[in-house]
Parts: sequence; structure tokens; C-alpha cells
Amino acid sequence: MSPDRLRGHRRRRLAAAAVSLVLGGTLLSACGSDGKPTLNWYINPDGQDTLTKLAADCSEGKPYDIQINLLPTGATDQRTQLARRLAASDSETNLMSLDPVFVAEFANAGWIAKWPDDLAAEVTDDDVLSGPADTVTWDDGVYAAPQWANTQLLWYRKSLAEAAGLDTSQSDTWTWDQVIDAAAANNGTVGVQANRYEAYFVWINSLVAGAGGDVVSDTEAGKDAKVDIDSDAGRAAAAVIQKLADSAAAQPDLTVSQEGTSLPFMFDPNYAGEFMTNWTFVYKNYEPTDENGFTKEQFDDLGWARYPRTVPDQESRPPVGGIDIAVGEFTENKDWAFEAAQCVSSPEAQEQLAVNDGLMPARQSVYDSSGLTEAFDPTVLELFQQSLEAGAPRPKSAYYNLISGATQKSFHPPTSVNQDTPADAAKYIRDVLDGKALL
Amino acid sequence: MSATATKPVEPRSHKPVESDRAKAEQRLGQKLVLPAVIVMLAVTAFPIVRALYLSFYNYSLTSPEDREFVGLSNYVTGLTDPLLWKSIGITVLYMVVTVAIELVIGFAFAMVMHRVIFARGVIRTSILIPYGIITVVSGFAWQFAFSANNGFINGWLPFIGDDFNWFGEGTPAVIAIMVSEIWKTTPFMSLLLLAGLAQVSEDMIEAAKVDGATWTQRLTKVILPNMRAAIMVAVLFRALDAYRIFDNIFVMTNGALGTESISFLVYRQTIEQFQLGMGSALSVVLFLSVLLVAFLIVKLFRVDLARARGEG
Repeated sequence: MSPDRLRGHRRRRLAAAAVSLVLGGTLLSACGSDGKPTLNWYINPDGQDTLTKLAADCSEGKPYDIQINLLPTGATDQRTQLARRLAASDSETNLMSLDPVFVAEFANAGWIAKWPDDLAAEVTDDDVLSGPADTVTWDDGVYAAPQWANTQLLWYRKSLAEAAGLDTSQSDTWTWDQVIDAAAANNGTVGVQANRYEAYFVWINSLVAGAGGDVVSDTEAGKDAKVDIDSDAGRAAAAVIQKLADSAAAQPDLTVSQEGTSLPFMFDPNYAGEFMTNWTFVYKNYEPTDENGFTKEQFDDLGWARYPRTVPDQESRPPVGGIDIAVGEFTENKDWAFEAAQCVSSPEAQEQLAVNDGLMPARQSVYDSSGLTEAFDPTVLELFQQSLEAGAPRPKSAYYNLISGATQKSFHPPTSVNQDTPADAAKYIRDVLDGKALL
Repeated sequence: MSATATKPVEPRSHKPVESDRAKAEQRLGQKLVLPAVIVMLAVTAFPIVRALYLSFYNYSLTSPEDREFVGLSNYVTGLTDPLLWKSIGITVLYMVVTVAIELVIGFAFAMVMHRVIFARGVIRTSILIPYGIITVVSGFAWQFAFSANNGFINGWLPFIGDDFNWFGEGTPAVIAIMVSEIWKTTPFMSLLLLAGLAQVSEDMIEAAKVDGATWTQRLTKVILPNMRAAIMVAVLFRALDAYRIFDNIFVMTNGALGTESISFLVYRQTIEQFQLGMGSALSVVLFLSVLLVAFLIVKLFRVDLARARGEG
């Protein structure tokens, strides 16, 4: 062989080695550490340690490895990141933890797989509470499995309620009016979420539903959905927001208040306490530990009641949240993905999430498990279940983001809300849906 | 009919006849650039045409089957909505203020880089460091600097309280975004101006000195007029860049408090709300407004791009 040809031969061999290294690397990266194929599970940051353990447990003895991928903290960013992958038909987005409001959007876009009837029946059987079960259906199909469920209660200082003369045995009939008046007259405050973000829509939606109305209906008609917020129920909701904004009970940062900002007002020495509508994590937040500095006396003074009524004669409709597990439509081996999704949302998984992270189960039976009855007060467990059963889900629509965004914009800041706000909001939502206004 | 009419003014008739060799070279040249043209068409022309096409539809990514042709409706909605004009207004404000300040500071830096006689490399490098930093990183760094909890800006400024929240209302937030933008891109301005400074003949400056011109006179009568083309190119480049401001806003305020620029508005419509039709229409508006800004700068300041590149 001539030196030139030899050199050419070597070069080809080197090139071939480089190509096989690159290819090998690509193929290997699609496999787990022990050579099994990988199922990618996109999770949100809540309960990360437990979810990592669940992924490992659910991979044991299976032909696949579940690999955790962390999504950003904000719900909007989570949705954007997943949508960008799925809009490009990504076959490696196999499992995903979805905020319930995105299930309809993703299902309508054809990004998440419809569950086969037999599996669908299993993940939405009678044991699943009706609030969470409702969040996973779209267009007569089941598109996800509820993993954990969230709801809001009215958290309050017992001493403040007593001073205000509220009857705690009748706490499930308390109205927003009563609560605001009680706080205002006794140096207390009322904590809500009224920054311009998703949780503000959660509040508005529950207020409207609590007065027997809804923000939009017939949402399966897409952008032709009926906008209903310009109604007596809408005006009753606006009246509550207006009353709080004008009241001495409003917290100073009302217009930018979020889930975390109202927590310190509960035991702030400058106030007699607060009434706060907030998610289930509040219980574990105030439970005394070495790190958080809350005392047993303070925790004993913490009370919980059902979400307040918008109008005296109608039961309240508390917010419903949580996480549903969906399977990517472009996944190659969907059977594995469905099996894995079922495993990470099983009753055992739900118990671990509740005990370790305070993320409440979507299944009734799990509330009776010994893990939960030891970790929580029985009355709060019962209230969580009741609240999830009675909950008002947010509208299920392929245009959810526009509906929520337009409502938030019309109702923000809460200090500007008056009896005309629902009519303005209705017009704006309609225009945004019709593409006649920018959001 | 038209052939006879146009015949007398046909430009080809004035061209010298090309030799076979010249023709062959031209054909070879065309073949050589063909791959590049195809790549450019695929990565640039296709998205532009696609955006133009989508802009005539009401199209949400989450509801593909509801897609409908709406003609110019998206443009009408966008152009009659105060939100678009508000974001164009704030974008122009970002552009004018940052470019003006960058021009002054950038010129000072360029003079320093041009005249410095000791530690030339070190000084030039340190002036250029901000330009080498990714804009998102610069945005985060300045966000921390302006933060009321752990930033140092409040402590340094005597007329501002220690707990002043720069991101609590519009005006201070806009100032914070501008500071980050100016810090990051001034070095680019000074690089372009340095190139212009290097073109000014030392002989002319010497001659002015001999004639008794003061430093200010030398600057305003000799240096600046001779740098005019370089200054205008720097302003044009930076203005177009500043008009498309996005990263700093995304990191520092996420568009809240009225800090939203037109690029950010387009991003929100398209990426956050999945409104591909409206988003495309707004990006066409953005594209046209960039062209308009470029046209205005070129016409207003009579920039001769060919001369600036040394071709004239």
C-alpha cells in the first residue's frame, strides 16, 4: 500500500470511529444506566424527592427506566416548555405532570394520548374524588390520571374568630361578607391571592361559581364558548373583591398578593390574626418543627373551615388544583408509558406524596390510610375531601389561557373592581377569543 | 408590442459584449453560490413567507382545527389596539435613551482605547468584557444589583432609600433595564467608533494643532466630521439592535409594569398564548417597523453605507 493510500485508509478508519462514537453516544443516551430504554417524565418541582423515589420504584423489574426531568417553577413556563416539545412531535416526552387546567388545552391540540377505555376506567374509578376526576376528562375521553389534588380552605386564628363572635360550629356557612367584617372590626386581615396571575383567576372563578354562575360555559365550542361572567353571579363576585379592597381588612400588598405573601399575617404581632383562603400546604407550613419556629400554642390557635360562601344561600365552590399525569401522544411505546403513569399515581404513590410533602391524595381511600391519619388532624382530612368533592373546576377549554388572562387583566388591580367590571370583562374575553383585542 | 416599445431603451444594448470566458466564470460563480442561496432560502426566506402566510389566519396552536382565514383582521386588531402602540412607544424610548448614552460613553471609551499608551491590551480588554457576557447573564446580574433585598445600588445612591423597590413600578424598572442594556452594549459602540477614530488622519490633527486649534476645536472641527460615517453606522447598528430589545426585559420584569417592548409583545402572543396568527401579524409589523427605523436613520443622517465600508 502506498503511503498516500495508507494515510487515506487511516483517515477513513478514524472518521468511521468518530461516527460510531457519536452514533453510539446518541443510542446510549436513549437508554438508562443499565441499558434499558428510558421513559422521560417531566415533573414540576413540588415533591421532587418523593417523585424521584417513585420513578425508581416504578422502574424496578420493568423493561424501562423512568427518568425524571425537572420543569420550571412557574405554571406558564411549564406549559410553554412542554408545548414547545410536543408541538414538534417529540417522541421523548413520555410522561408529564400537568396542571389540571392544561389537560384540555393539550388534549385538544392532540399532544397527549387518550387513555384506552379499560385503563381510563381504572384511573377515574369511584374511589377518585369528583373534583380531580373531572379535571382529566375532555371531549368524552380521559387524557390523564389524577396524581394528587389540591384545594383551598379558609385558614384562620381561632382567637380572632371568637373575638369577632363567629360561630365556629357553623363555619361551613360563613360568607365572605362575614369574614371581611369580622377581620376589619377586630384588627385582623383577610389573605387572598390577587396579584395578576393564575391564582387570582382561581379566586374569581370560585367566587362566581359560589354564586351559582360561571365565567364561561359551553367551552367545548372552543372560541365560540359562551361568556357568562356578565351576570348576577359575576357581580356578586365583583362585590366581594370590591368589599375586601375597600376594607380595613385588606392586606397592604393586596394588589400583588400571592400564596406565600399572606402567610406571615397569621401570627404577626401587629395584627390579631387573619382569615386566609389558601391551599392545603398551609397545614404543614404552620405545624411546629425545629426549623419554622412556630409554637404549639400558635398551631392550636389555627383553625380551618370550608371555603367561604359568595352568597348566604348557596354552598361555596372551593378551588381545585393538583397534578395529573399525562402520556405524550408521540411516545413510541405507549403501553409502557400508561403503565408507568398508573404506577406513579397509584394509591401508594399518593400516600407517600401526602405524608412526605403535604400534597393531598386524589383518591378517597388514601385519606383513610394510616400514614395520613397519623400525619394530619382527622377534621382537616375530612374537610379536604369534602372540599374536593364540592370543588369548582376552572373552565376546560382549548383557549383556557386566553380566558384566564383576559379575566385577570379586567379584574386587576382588585382596588379598581366595581359593579361594571364583570360586563367589561365579558366584552374583553369575547374580543380576545374573537381575535379582536390583544392580551 | 411591448418588445418594440422597450427596444430603444433596453439597457443591455449599452453593455459591452461579454467574452465566453466571462460568461463561463459567471455561470461557475452562480453554481458556487447556489448551495448558500438554497440554505438561506430554507432558513430565512421560508420562515418569513410562512409568518406572512400565518398572519392572515386566526390560528391557535392548541386548537388546530379551528384555524380560519381572516384576511387582514389580525393587522387591523393589532394596529388599532393601544397595547401595540404602548409597546412601540416604550421600545422607541429604550432605543433613543440607550443609544444616546451609549454614543457618549462609547466615544469616551474609544478615545481611551485609541490614545492609551500603557497597558493597552489590558485596558482594551477590560472595556470589552461586558460585550462578551451573555445578555441574559447581564440581566440577572443587574437585577440582583438593583434588588432591594441584596443589591448594592440602593446603598450606593445617596438620594434613594435602602428599601427602594426598583421593580415595584414602571419608571424605575425601565431605568434598571436601560442600565443593564447600556452596560452590556456600550463596548460594541466603542469598538465601531474606535475603527472610525483610527481612520482620522494624524496629519490633519497635527496641522490643526500647529494652527493653534484647542482640544475642543480639534475634536469638533477635525475628528468628529471625519468620523461622521463611522458614527452613523454605529448609531444605525445599535439603534436597530436596541429596537429589538428582549432579553433584559424578559429577565428583569417579564414585561410587567409597562416595560413590555414590541419584541416581547410578539413573544407573548406567539409563544405564551400560542396565537400563531396574531403573533405572526405582529412580527410582520415588527419587521416593517425595523425597516422604517433603518430607513429613517439612513435618510435623516444621510448615512452612506458604502463610504463607511471604505468602498466609496
